[in-house]
Amino acid sequence: MGAAIIADGLGKRYRLGEGIHAYLTLRETVARRLRGRAIEAPRADEIWALRDVNLEIEEGDSVGIIGRNGAGKTTFLKTVARIVRPTVGGVRVRGRVGALLEVGTGFHPELTGRENVYLNGVILGLSRRQVRRRFDDIVEFAGVERFLDTPLKRYSSGMYLRLAFAVAAHVEPDVLVVDEVLAVGDAEFQRRCLGRIGELRQEGRTVLFVSHDTGAVGQLCRRAVWLDEGRVRRVGPAQAVIDEYLRASLPQSTRVDAVGQAAGSLGALAIGVLDGAGAPVDSPRRDQPLTFEIDFTTREPVRGLDLAVYVADTRGIRVVNENLSDAGETISGPPQRYVVRLMLPSLLAAGEYTVGLWVGNDDVRLFHGDVLRLSVLPLPEDRDHRYGLVRPTVRWELETGSARGDDSP
Amino acid sequence: MQTRPSASIHFAVCRARWPSPIESAQDVLDRAFAAPADVRRSLMADIAQESSRPPTGRPEARDRWVENRAPSGWLPTLDLRELWSFRELAVVLAGRDLRVRYKQTLLGVAWAVLQPLVAAAIFTIVLGRLAGVPSDGLPYAVFVYSGLVIWTYFASGLEGVSQSLVRDRDLVTRTYFPRILAPGAGTIPGLVDLAVSLVVLGVMMVAYEVSPGAELLLLPVWVLAAMLVLLGAGLWLSALNVRYRDVRHTLTFLVQVWFFASPVVYPSSLVEGSWTYVYALNPMVTVIDGFRWSVVGAQAPGAPALVSLGVTVVLFVSGVVYFLRAERRFADVI
Repeated sequence: MGAAIIADGLGKRYRLGEGIHAYLTLRETVARRLRGRAIEAPRADEIWALRDVNLEIEEGDSVGIIGRNGAGKTTFLKTVARIVRPTVGGVRVRGRVGALLEVGTGFHPELTGRENVYLNGVILGLSRRQVRRRFDDIVEFAGVERFLDTPLKRYSSGMYLRLAFAVAAHVEPDVLVVDEVLAVGDAEFQRRCLGRIGELRQEGRTVLFVSHDTGAVGQLCRRAVWLDEGRVRRVGPAQAVIDEYLRASLPQSTRVDAVGQAAGSLGALAIGVLDGAGAPVDSPRRDQPLTFEIDFTTREPVRGLDLAVYVADTRGIRVVNENLSDAGETISGPPQRYVVRLMLPSLLAAGEYTVGLWVGNDDVRLFHGDVLRLSVLPLPEDRDHRYGLVRPTVRWELETGSARGDDSP
Repeated sequence: MQTRPSASIHFAVCRARWPSPIESAQDVLDRAFAAPADVRRSLMADIAQESSRPPTGRPEARDRWVENRAPSGWLPTLDLRELWSFRELAVVLAGRDLRVRYKQTLLGVAWAVLQPLVAAAIFTIVLGRLAGVPSDGLPYAVFVYSGLVIWTYFASGLEGVSQSLVRDRDLVTRTYFPRILAPGAGTIPGLVDLAVSLVVLGVMMVAYEVSPGAELLLLPVWVLAAMLVLLGAGLWLSALNVRYRDVRHTLTFLVQVWFFASPVVYPSSLVEGSWTYVYALNPMVTVIDGFRWSVVGAQAPGAPALVSLGVTVVLFVSGVVYFLRAERRFADVI
């Protein structure tokens, strides 16, 4: 064993505006030149997406990269995958890197499923011969046999995803770099993605995994790197780093607006935690029943919209994971405001939790992510932290009497 | 799924016979079965020897370090070996462009023929008949169509190549590959159209009783020259286009001016004396003259061809250098 990835003094500078106005027109450049200003933007316009990153990742290790939006997670992956050239320093990788920054990279809507499998497979680093050999497996895995000669543009989004993932799953790089591919697709899709990544890890491949879902990172990764404003804030065992990150970053409050992260047909989205009496609460006692109130608006008519709330402990184990559809309900209707409440009996053991939310339907996921942190307080009479995964309100019974073994007449 | 031991097999074999460590054991086996008996025996012996070794940790195939370092120095380097190892990607990208081009069209590849054919008809009537433009003793229709065939390859190729990176933005921002492959692959699909057009040109030559000489054997040279000019100009334009989308709008004019600066609808013999050397600064002058000479037996290109050759080399080399320098920031600005 040795290092598989070594970053030394790695830094990447972006000029602000490049992300927004992706390119300058010639006129702008000429105008700048004429005004005597250099093309180089002044320093105030620059941000360092990565700064002084020194890391060594062991071969066969699985490492999660966590951090807020804009902390440099994706940029780091992109430098490892050689998509982006560093501004200073560098990163060395041993073996072949497979980057899974999105599924279906290079898919072309006009081409058939078959043609796209070849195209995508080669883009992901297989040879055509390797694709040919795996072709049947890929198709079977995706379950699209009947549509192989149909142009991709006629595929449903579910089929599209399955095919894309099937190709990606059959590529076996030495170092796998995964970025938020889980952000698309339904729960089943996510499960398969995570399963496949777990398999690759078990085969001894090095896995770099970026996700907002700290739970997934906790389950998949042995170690974690916490990036904060482009710098490495902490490296260590996944669980310890995640705990620290969550304590420092997730808002602990009664209500969180997740609008900024919502996408597509969702307008606004907020989630709040209420106690049994309907009052907002951030640190409930463990014997209190809780109500999760999700308040959102839609901008387009929705059909079959499902909603899930999960509560995960700091190890990423979902102690609670409830879907609206489990109760036989889904949401369909015109663009309007919806308020959904999930009533949870007193159940959680004392400790730190993250509350996550998922909104979507069979095909599209509109929102997914950890949105707030919840501290469940112990009862005064609780003696220590010796408890199981959950702590519902239980009742003990004790009977006393004469011994059973007595030979009473 | 491959199992571990087989992955270690392939290294020994491919280190011996193949520059790319990216192949799997299966690839080697596949090749072995297609190879002559003696090669096969030695390959199988290699494999047997490797297999008998207990699998120890990770296969050494992964010992190749790949570095992504901040650019240093002005002059970029081009890793030809790496380029070669990505050849399949070029093939697949070119194949995709070919397939996509005529999907959902009624006439399909007939468009490749129709476009220059209609243009040739118009030029024959307007310039050949009405204006009486000379055509070096050839029937004007054959003269102009032969020019249009190679010109169309160049002009439509230039459009495709200059858009290649921007069109494949997804690939540039999400996967690694030597970026130069994108414009490189863009020069290939037009070759199919060119081949079809050549068949039509052949038919036309039979109809007009024009027969080619032994110069026909040099045809690939001129096609290659056209590709080189196309790639040289295309490297500049595709890299510029990443940063300045003006390229797309400028291209229409550029192609138009270039068209009239090239001997497509008139013979280069109209340019006389030392002006021919100035004229040959446009490398397409020599490409078109040479192509015409090869196929329909017009005047052979003379000494000014050397000027064109020089310009082509400069255009190509500077294109590669500019492209590789610009490449460093493609993913940031595209």
